[in-house]
Amino acid sequence: MIYLDNAATSWPKPDCVPEAMLHFLREVGASPGRSGHRLALEAERVRLDAREAVAALFGAPDPMRVVFTLNATTALNIVARGLLSPGAHVLTTGIEHNAVLRPLRALEQCGVVVDMVPSARDGTVEVAAVEDNVGPRTQLLVVNHASNVCGTVLPIRAIGEVARRHGVAFAVDAAQTGGCWPIDVEADHVDLLVFSGHKGLLGPTGTGGLVLGRGFHAERLPALVHGGTGSRSEDEHQPDFLPDKYEAGTPNIVGLAGLLAAVRYVSARGVEAIRAEEQALTQRLIDGLMGIPGVRVVGTGKAQLQTAVVSFTLDGHSVSQVALALDEQFGVLCRPGLHCAPRAHQTLGTAPQGTLRLSPGPFTTTDEIDRAVEAVRQLAGRRTDG
Amino acid sequence: MAEFAVILFHSTSHAVYAERVLRRAGLAVKMIPTPRHLSSDCGSAVRIAASDQAASLEALGAAGVVFDRVERLG
Ligand SMILES: Cc1ncc(COP(=O)(O)O)c(C=O)c1O
Repeated sequence: MIYLDNAATSWPKPDCVPEAMLHFLREVGASPGRSGHRLALEAERVRLDAREAVAALFGAPDPMRVVFTLNATTALNIVARGLLSPGAHVLTTGIEHNAVLRPLRALEQCGVVVDMVPSARDGTVEVAAVEDNVGPRTQLLVVNHASNVCGTVLPIRAIGEVARRHGVAFAVDAAQTGGCWPIDVEADHVDLLVFSGHKGLLGPTGTGGLVLGRGFHAERLPALVHGGTGSRSEDEHQPDFLPDKYEAGTPNIVGLAGLLAAVRYVSARGVEAIRAEEQALTQRLIDGLMGIPGVRVVGTGKAQLQTAVVSFTLDGHSVSQVALALDEQFGVLCRPGLHCAPRAHQTLGTAPQGTLRLSPGPFTTTDEIDRAVEAVRQLAGRRTDG
Repeated sequence: MAEFAVILFHSTSHAVYAERVLRRAGLAVKMIPTPRHLSSDCGSAVRIAASDQAASLEALGAAGVVFDRVERLG
């Protein structure tokens, strides 16, 4: 089996991840923040370790500004629904995931004005075009760091400078880049960094979160979910301090134990090293696919400009039939269709039928890439619609 | 009997962070349940030697750890 769906969720995980989760379930088990007994404190220490590991990975100085959520989607909802009120203007791009666009479309119904910076057909965005679209009512600039459809990476540092210059809150959807592309919240001028724990960070599903940049005032961002935090129990109002403010409800602490092990693994192996390996695999995959008659690879075609996500179409074949044949006949697991990002596919010219997406990860080998390319080559010469 | 001081917090995330920061600064700390007569805010508090109070508060301040207040334990 060749797993090329790491852009959805990375797999396999490093062995230390299931081991840490099993250890936590067997030996610790308690919920952090609630009781004060030794196991509850131990659970809180695990959560603190996880905050410190994530903060260090993203260049954030204060672990209390790392908030854990169940996924990137929840964090994006906190950001969009917290910052935007009727009449506010929000600017985003043409390669966003529905995790950004759906909250914005819902807010549009309540009088928020949503604008998209035009993206080129390869998914790139001109920084000057971002600046042209910032207006006096712009409250939030939210951009995808890398497209989950074609992998194209946006220049967040330059975009962040624009946001800073205009006093606009800058949120980055780093679901596709956390753990496989360098990110530094302070140097990149990020106010709100949204991450997913189960993709490039190599943690389990049910983990994700939000890092608040040092200069961002949390008073500007109300909590989305209110409830028990273990702190200030005498008060019927949500606490206003970090991180508790955004963490009501019992957390996925087993998942965070796994995420901690995963982020330590990624940090020890090195984001730059992972990036270099994935870049080589990605270029090999792009080149191999482009050598097959009828294949059209979308995006820039240049591995150095993108993450390890390669989308393509195959003339005369439906993407879902090819995906099924890849799975059943060659054991190649990929994702066909629109990838929760219909807008990105419009930008890339691949809507409504979508693409086939092959996304290698840190455990993919060159041999697996070659076998996947060979499988596509064989299918290209056959009928797959029968 | 030795004199202790207790640092009180709004949240265990802060209490455990303080424990970590103080240990890293080489100070002796013990997590204790918050004495009932002091506060009901957060179930856990950090106990330090009273003589370490100034050094402890300095370490917490340098790391930006938020705490509620400090009380003497007789
Ligand atoms: C670019 C992008 N943003 C957001 C998400 C949502 O992440 P999650 O499923 O962890 O909420 C994903 C992946 O599903 C993604 O690829």
